[in-house]
Amino acid sequence: MSADDRRRKAERIRHLLETEGDSVHENTRVFNEGRYESTADLDDYEALKDEARAIKENAIERLPELLDRVTETVEANGGSVYVADDAADANRYVSEVVDGRTVVKSKSMTSEEIDVNDALEERGATVWETDLAEFVLQVADEAPSHIVAPAIHKSREEIADLFNEVFDPDEPLETAEELTRFAREYLGEKILDAEVGMTGANFVAADTGTLALVTSEGNARKCVQATDTHVAVAGVEKIVPSVEDLQPFVELIGRSGTGQDITSYVSLFTPPGDSPTFGGTDGDDGRGSSDEVRELESGDDREFHLVLIDNGRMAMREDDDLRETLYCIRCSACANSCANFQHVGGHAFGGETYSGGIATGWEAGVHGQESAAEFNDLCTGCSRCVNQCPVKIDIPWINTVVRDRINRGKEGKFDFLVEGLTPDAEPGGVDFQKRLFGNFDALARLGSAFAPLSNWVARSAPARSMMERTVGVDSRRELPQFERESLVDWFADRGPRVDPDEARRKVALYPDAYTNYVRTERGKAAVRVLESLGVRVDVPAAGESGRAPLSQGMVATARSNAEAVYEALSPAVAAGRDVVVIEPSDLAMFRREYERLLPEDNYDALSENSYEVMEYVYGLLEDGANADALSAGDGERIAYHGHCQQRTLGLEPYTLAVLEERGFDVVTSDVECCGMAGSFGYKSEYYDLSVDVGETLVDQFTTDDAADRTVVASGTSCLEQLDALLTRRPAHPVRLLDAR
Amino acid sequence: MSVEPIATFETSLDEIGVELVRAPAAEFESALAPLLDAPAVGTPLPFAGVSLPDAVETDPTVADLEAARTGVTAAGYGIADYGSVVIQGGPAGEEPVSLYADEHVAVVAASDVLPDMDATFDRLAEDAREGTGQAVIATGPSATADMGALVKGAHGPIEVAVVLLEDR
Repeated sequence: MSADDRRRKAERIRHLLETEGDSVHENTRVFNEGRYESTADLDDYEALKDEARAIKENAIERLPELLDRVTETVEANGGSVYVADDAADANRYVSEVVDGRTVVKSKSMTSEEIDVNDALEERGATVWETDLAEFVLQVADEAPSHIVAPAIHKSREEIADLFNEVFDPDEPLETAEELTRFAREYLGEKILDAEVGMTGANFVAADTGTLALVTSEGNARKCVQATDTHVAVAGVEKIVPSVEDLQPFVELIGRSGTGQDITSYVSLFTPPGDSPTFGGTDGDDGRGSSDEVRELESGDDREFHLVLIDNGRMAMREDDDLRETLYCIRCSACANSCANFQHVGGHAFGGETYSGGIATGWEAGVHGQESAAEFNDLCTGCSRCVNQCPVKIDIPWINTVVRDRINRGKEGKFDFLVEGLTPDAEPGGVDFQKRLFGNFDALARLGSAFAPLSNWVARSAPARSMMERTVGVDSRRELPQFERESLVDWFADRGPRVDPDEARRKVALYPDAYTNYVRTERGKAAVRVLESLGVRVDVPAAGESGRAPLSQGMVATARSNAEAVYEALSPAVAAGRDVVVIEPSDLAMFRREYERLLPEDNYDALSENSYEVMEYVYGLLEDGANADALSAGDGERIAYHGHCQQRTLGLEPYTLAVLEERGFDVVTSDVECCGMAGSFGYKSEYYDLSVDVGETLVDQFTTDDAADRTVVASGTSCLEQLDALLTRRPAHPVRLLDAR
Repeated sequence: MSVEPIATFETSLDEIGVELVRAPAAEFESALAPLLDAPAVGTPLPFAGVSLPDAVETDPTVADLEAARTGVTAAGYGIADYGSVVIQGGPAGEEPVSLYADEHVAVVAASDVLPDMDATFDRLAEDAREGTGQAVIATGPSATADMGALVKGAHGPIEVAVVLLEDR
């Protein structure tokens, strides 16, 4: 990306933060909290997710067979099925069916994907969006900003202004109730007069040809009932084998999306339906008094067309990394739980059609990599969406893989500069900025070797200006200060202090790049804390985990880093020692991503024997280690921010338990992520968003109750962000326990 | 039928703000009366010994539907865990009658109240295979948050009530 591109991107993000950020934030917050509450009410949430996942895996595996089956059943019921290769093919078919008549539509992202409204209008048809949010967007001529609540970026005031201007009602509309009543009446007339009802389908059961539509407003029901012709458009991936298979999805989709236990209506239509129709009045000279005697007509002759859309999906099915995307039920949990999405919304965090975390997979699969490239960097890999997805898609991985493909698909103008200078395994095309951050280990090693000179040079105005221009390191961010003596060197000089024969446990403390070269104090504190609990500690030299290159989409480099780390730590593991990790993002590599980067046995060995440092301390105390060897809190008031990936792994409770056991008085943040996310907050195009996200955390730590508390955070990034945005200097929790 | 699903159904309906009236079949009309706001539309009820009062229009015109304040239909099932009713739309017009009136009154037999979604989908799947064309799991009134705040009554009913036939 050039400096100009970065500036344009930053401007666009700033604009959206100002114009849409507040509405998006308020609405996604409600959805996000609702999801946590509603899923907590389920006794068998995890089992339901496993069941849903298994059904989708099976259905996509058997897709060709299920396509044949659904075609048979729908045709046997008296409907038609058309499998469209792409958007143009689908639109041609739908246009022929509609044949210039008036269409009322319920909300369908798949219909957005193929732009069917434009195609129909070009052929002389009139199309009305009857979902109230889609109607707002149709009137405003805007694109959806959220896959479930498409007008989430507009406030009530903005909608009222829009309606008052466009429709000029006798009494200006103001409240949500007035706006809703107005739209209901306005669209009610359109529904009454329409001849074609178009819907999407959340699921299609192959054994009976049953469509499941998950809605709240009742407009989808009306669109189908009122008209003579029902057209349903759906991606081929919506097919499940049987009606019974719908049950886990019906229980999960509303909870996962808007946080409702169930939406108002889950319609199971096995079309063509025989509800009486209104028959439409197209061609008549209007309605009015004729309504008085207008009878309902028999629905026996209703036509039904199921248009199943491939548009890249069958190719995604063959793609080992994108296949999981097809399991997506478009609930929006990944968007709602994403800190960046919560702040900037789908107009930045989205491509041609889809928005939010999983959108990268959809856009890459149906519209192509370029569409995904527009927003893919907004996924920071924080992993908060991972446990929220009702079909357990590894959304960060999909974002990483697509980023890698985007990297490889580009010609880089700094190739001559970086080839050979950066010790990575990437081809020349990778963006220089990405390579810089992806090779943080090499950078840190140099920075440390030449400290403090390297720190002075890096902080100088000309250097910062150059860095901003060439690699987009925002000059408003403070750079890490490299320590001259690395943790590994410090420990080599000092040596272990616990006799191996008397040790409670023996551990290898993993010196992640930040702890080793920048925040050595927390490494030293970890060594002392573990030793005070009777643990024999060694600090083997081991390189960067691969987190840094992985976050830039440099998968090959991440893999070679992972292999090197395994080489460095495996002798300790083989000797029965535990691996203790300070930086949660690196532990998350060992436990999550290494599964994809290392041979299975190596992954198992390392992940099963690795622990986050506070998790490990908790285990030692449970095992009878003397807690009094640790510094006492004596009621010290703490505000603790757990790291995103640490929370995804379920590790936050250990830190809390240990701090509370030692007498600290702890409150915690409940934001999904601090917004720094490794390199993300350094990048000039994302600096404003990063700070905007961070301000939510700052708000929580500057309340009356929290303003005087000591700020504690587990992740390096969180510490950097908090350090930048608060006047209090934050610390890693292990330092609170260090009695030195 | 054990009493447990009925008790759960009652609690669930209460949580989502749906009024429940329990009555034996013989007392259906008097149980329904306070829920009926005129003009009312309805569809014939399939329960033995139960029928709609004459004031309820069962062959509505489009205008009747649009003017209706109450719409009465049978529900094929109740779902105890969620407080849902299953509306099986057919030629008699259950779909428009349950959608257009301000208030939908669903009449459900106690023996059709199922404990949970698992049990419900077993039945719905069987029904679909046997040719039931439509089953809408309806939970509370229609709603939208699209206009900047939660509003009850979007395109569908603003209110829902359930009459439970205790001996059916």
